[in-house]
Amino acid sequence: MSTTPAPVAEQPTTPLDPDAAISVRGLVKRYGDRNAVDGLDLDIRRGEIFALLGPNGAGKTTTVEVLEGYRSRDGGDVAVLGVDPASGGRRWRADIGIVLQSGAGDSQLTCLELLTAQAAYYPDPRDPAEVLELVGLTEKARARGRSLSGGQRRRLDVALGIVGKPALLFLDEPTTGFDPEARRQFWSLIRSLRELGTTMLLTTHYLDEAEELADRVGVITAGRLVEVAVPAELGGRGQAPAVVSWTEDGARRTEATPTPTAFVAGLAARFPGEVPDLAVARPTLEDVYLQMIGQSA
Amino acid sequence: MTAPTTRLPALARVYRVRAGVELKEFFRQRESVVFTLMFPVILLVVFGAVLDYDIGGGVSFTQYFMAGVIAAGILGASLQNMAIGIATERSDGTLKHLSGTPMPKSAYFIGKIVQVFAVTVATIVILLLVGVVLYGIDLPSGTQWLTFLWVALLGSAACTLLGIAVSSLAKNGRSASATVTPFALVLQFISGVFFRFDQIPTWMQTIASVFPLKWMAQGLRSVFLPEQLALSEPAGSWELGRVALVLLAWVVIGLGLCVMTFRWRDKADG
Repeated sequence: MSTTPAPVAEQPTTPLDPDAAISVRGLVKRYGDRNAVDGLDLDIRRGEIFALLGPNGAGKTTTVEVLEGYRSRDGGDVAVLGVDPASGGRRWRADIGIVLQSGAGDSQLTCLELLTAQAAYYPDPRDPAEVLELVGLTEKARARGRSLSGGQRRRLDVALGIVGKPALLFLDEPTTGFDPEARRQFWSLIRSLRELGTTMLLTTHYLDEAEELADRVGVITAGRLVEVAVPAELGGRGQAPAVVSWTEDGARRTEATPTPTAFVAGLAARFPGEVPDLAVARPTLEDVYLQMIGQSA
Repeated sequence: MTAPTTRLPALARVYRVRAGVELKEFFRQRESVVFTLMFPVILLVVFGAVLDYDIGGGVSFTQYFMAGVIAAGILGASLQNMAIGIATERSDGTLKHLSGTPMPKSAYFIGKIVQVFAVTVATIVILLLVGVVLYGIDLPSGTQWLTFLWVALLGSAACTLLGIAVSSLAKNGRSASATVTPFALVLQFISGVFFRFDQIPTWMQTIASVFPLKWMAQGLRSVFLPEQLALSEPAGSWELGRVALVLLAWVVIGLGLCVMTFRWRDKADG
């Protein structure tokens, strides 16, 4: 990917969106002489689940950590729930929940004790027992944090992130290391949080996860957001020709067509019965994503 | 957007919660209880049984060792405990997690201070009990208790702050333990804990005099030993004024180092 390096003093093109949960204009973060984030613009609406995709080193985690108030920035304007994270105080922190990639650390406390302590930092927390129920850890209420399995630990991390009743929840690679069943359980947890009105910013390496959960996805490469779209439309996926494949005369045949229904009808007329090995495929989110980040699938 | 109508929880309540968390974290962890709390007690039991000789004036070495082992116990409960504990919490993400919540930052340190205080008091009480029951140690009397109190308070404050500062130098809990534990052990050898301070080579005495442990042990000797033994101190007296001054200086230095070096996140984390 070739990107022209943006001048740091680049003027924001449009003002920050005051109604957005997260609004970013021209965000720049430098490490040494490298721009890890290089003029990034982003708006996340209230109530939406937004997935940030991108290869390692693209600036995903750096961007999220600027939004979370963990890192300072070198340029640009940022508003998270209407507040600049660089000056966000306890009041602001009370409205956001953070599930870190690294988790919340080891503990000798039980799950219920950890949640009860965490709830005490917030003005209007959820009931810790209800949160345990929500993440499916009720039977582990009296188990110590460090005795949990990997997947249970991650669910405890999520519980700690939501016990303060945040309006905005950051989830940094929440399901890494989950088995398929645990991921499906986690997805339904996220959907129930959405129903409670929580805005979520999710980073993930799993494209099926982004497709399953996100209202919109953004792809970040080389420190810039290259596209934002609903999962079905990303990379022109919605308009991309479908690929019809079948077997004829012992050979595999494929045809890319913008009108797959008509094409298949034509095929059906040519064959007496079933069209052998018929398949119609659209490019997957993974196909368009890999294309966008400049690796051929 | 709804206007914030609910108020942030009161500081006192968060402090209480953090104190509870820190006490549970310490007393539920077998390693910390054994190494920090029981190690000085084991030392007292072993040394009391082996080195029970007369150091002059009908005073046993165990009476002398009592002062030293309490000083070492305070060092373990504060400097070693803080350096290893906080380095661990920094590298495993606990600190980063906490700094992402609305918990007031002061609450973290209040919790640690309560933990050090509880562990220190527990260590001292157990040591005194074991000393009296097993070895007939003479307990301090009158104003000696007052000296005991200020030496323990100042020493533990200085060592807690130093421990918090040292935690920032370590990569993780294990590396903190690998550097702080041998350092504390050497310090105990040259500061008059295991051996009589006046029988240690002068150059070692000089090195020991830089650090707080020597002064804590010396101040506590004035509490546990009869007045006439002050004459066998290298200085010929307990030097209580200087004890207070050096410990106070370490409190100031330790505080400065903490403010300059404390980090809520791991170095490897950018």
